[in-house]
Amino acid sequence: MIDIDKWQEIFHTLKQNKLRTFLTAFGVFWGIFMLVLMLGAGNGLQNSIFSNLGDFKTNSLFIWAQRTTMPYKGFQRNRAYYFDYSDLAAIKDNIPEIEIIAPTVNGGGFRQSTLVVNGIRKGSFEVYGKIPEENFIDPVTLDKGRYLNDFDILHKRKVVVLGSRVYEELFLKDEDPINKHIKINGIYFQVVGVYKSKHTGGMGERQNTEILIPFSTAQQVYNYPNKVDHFSIVVKPEYEVAPVQDKVMSILAKRHKIHPDDKGAFGYNNVGEEFKKIHGLFLGIKVLIWIVGTGTLLAGVIGVSNIMLIIIRERVSEFGIKRALGATPAKIISSVLSESVFLTLIAGVVGLMTGVLALEGLNNAFEGKPDAALVNPSVDFKLALTALVIIVVSGLIAGLIPSRRAVSIKPIEAIRTEN
Amino acid sequence: MVEIKNLHKSYDTGANSLHVLKGIDLQIGQGEIVSIMGSSGSGKSTLLNVIGILDSYDKGDYLLNGTLMRNLSEKQAAWYRNQMIGFVFQSFNLISFKNAMENVALPLYYQKVSRRKRNNIAMEYLDKMGLLPWATHMPNELSGGQKQRVAIARALIANPKIILADEPTGALDTQTSYEVMDLFQEINSAGITVIIVTHEKDISERTKRVIHLKDGIIDREYKPQINLQYA
Repeated sequence: MIDIDKWQEIFHTLKQNKLRTFLTAFGVFWGIFMLVLMLGAGNGLQNSIFSNLGDFKTNSLFIWAQRTTMPYKGFQRNRAYYFDYSDLAAIKDNIPEIEIIAPTVNGGGFRQSTLVVNGIRKGSFEVYGKIPEENFIDPVTLDKGRYLNDFDILHKRKVVVLGSRVYEELFLKDEDPINKHIKINGIYFQVVGVYKSKHTGGMGERQNTEILIPFSTAQQVYNYPNKVDHFSIVVKPEYEVAPVQDKVMSILAKRHKIHPDDKGAFGYNNVGEEFKKIHGLFLGIKVLIWIVGTGTLLAGVIGVSNIMLIIIRERVSEFGIKRALGATPAKIISSVLSESVFLTLIAGVVGLMTGVLALEGLNNAFEGKPDAALVNPSVDFKLALTALVIIVVSGLIAGLIPSRRAVSIKPIEAIRTEN
Repeated sequence: MVEIKNLHKSYDTGANSLHVLKGIDLQIGQGEIVSIMGSSGSGKSTLLNVIGILDSYDKGDYLLNGTLMRNLSEKQAAWYRNQMIGFVFQSFNLISFKNAMENVALPLYYQKVSRRKRNNIAMEYLDKMGLLPWATHMPNELSGGQKQRVAIARALIANPKIILADEPTGALDTQTSYEVMDLFQEINSAGITVIIVTHEKDISERTKRVIHLKDGIIDREYKPQINLQYA
């Protein structure tokens, strides 16, 4: 049941000094507003970073051959060696934690571009020999045609999938490239597809300038019998990447007569670890936001508590009269607590709503822009609910000391102050 | 109704302790109208506060309606005050943001009587005080006499056994004081015990028994000769 008298009292007290009430409430408002805004912006930043990654499999590992750094089995250090295609089966059969393993051969060497010609149009692009599984590791969006398939590999077909940038350079606007032939390194290839990167920013632009041909075809046309430049490995979701990396290295070391401790013989990029670092960074940011946010809120709560103490001092005689008329301490405590919870709740909810509105504004400002610093900055419902609980709890905390003070006043002292 | 045996009370004022009540023995029966007199510092207000369970005491016994009032929790004290005692103060002590009716109804609010019911009862009591037209007025819109009558109505609404009045006429002019005293006498004639603290002789003479306090003990006690009993 709504206790009209209680609410009458709350409104009266808060109306008594409107400026003071407003300033007090503002502290809590600001605390919640900042907390919501910062958490939302943090989410936006995180979304922005992760959208850069596209649909990249994050539990993945890339490994390539470098020169050995230790002498072993009669070989001197600084020996050049290459992975070969048979390594793939050896790794896959011996390490059950691996979900996908895909070899890549770089046309013309690492980051070397190849001349690509279509009639009078030509350009230099990086050419990679890949297998169809590659599209599960770092997926691309196919604009036209298809991706490489198993028959391309099996029959060493001279087919090619172009990055969207390559297509724009080699073909007329709106020209259908499918089944047309382009010349790569003097050999004609049939275009079967055009893709667009799912990454944003520089990573996406780079990927859009790449040309993909079947792995087996690449080995042949570039005259790399059996050579693999790097393996892309995806670990099953239930396993960690780091131990798998060690296993892969030990298998490769054995197969290529490399010293078991010679880690320098391999170049690797453990995306899983990198991803963990980014996650850790955002966790850190989040913790910081919570500390700053709750700190700001705490300052607001202390403000409320302080003002409540002053209000209680002003109302000493009123409490005294009520006690004399039979108000129990519980009644007094409940009235003070309701007042502080009411004040913080109003201020907090307004802060929450303003924060959400501000995030909405930020979202509109950044919407649709590539390379946006914030992508979809927002707080979820759970967080809003958490904020609400925090508001109510802080209202209770703010009222705790003042209500104890109010009760500690003896009715007799209270009445005497009036005289 | 009120039974006090060898009551002692002292206040701690830092290093010293101020011995205010030094052994009070007092019996007030049901339906009496008593005034407590004494110069300031004689302990009369303290005695009234002890009787009203607004203050504790150090030594002795205080029985209210046959129940020993000692070591009460705040909740129990609040209950006894609410059920047994009606207070009237010198400065009226009305709640400034409640109108006359709501002020009168306040003790019933603490008895969890519904708002409609307690406001109806409050209107009855205001009617008895002749204040019906002022029921919705705020305290600052009332005269001193009217305020005190609202306060008396508030003291009466919970049907208390005792009315305790601390200098009820202290802030009123003579004419209004007499009207208020008439009211107390009327209340007393309905069987309610009335205890009035005052330092005005003419007020005390309107009661049936005067207890004179001096330096924390009962100095003398007498029945006033001129008793202008309300006819």
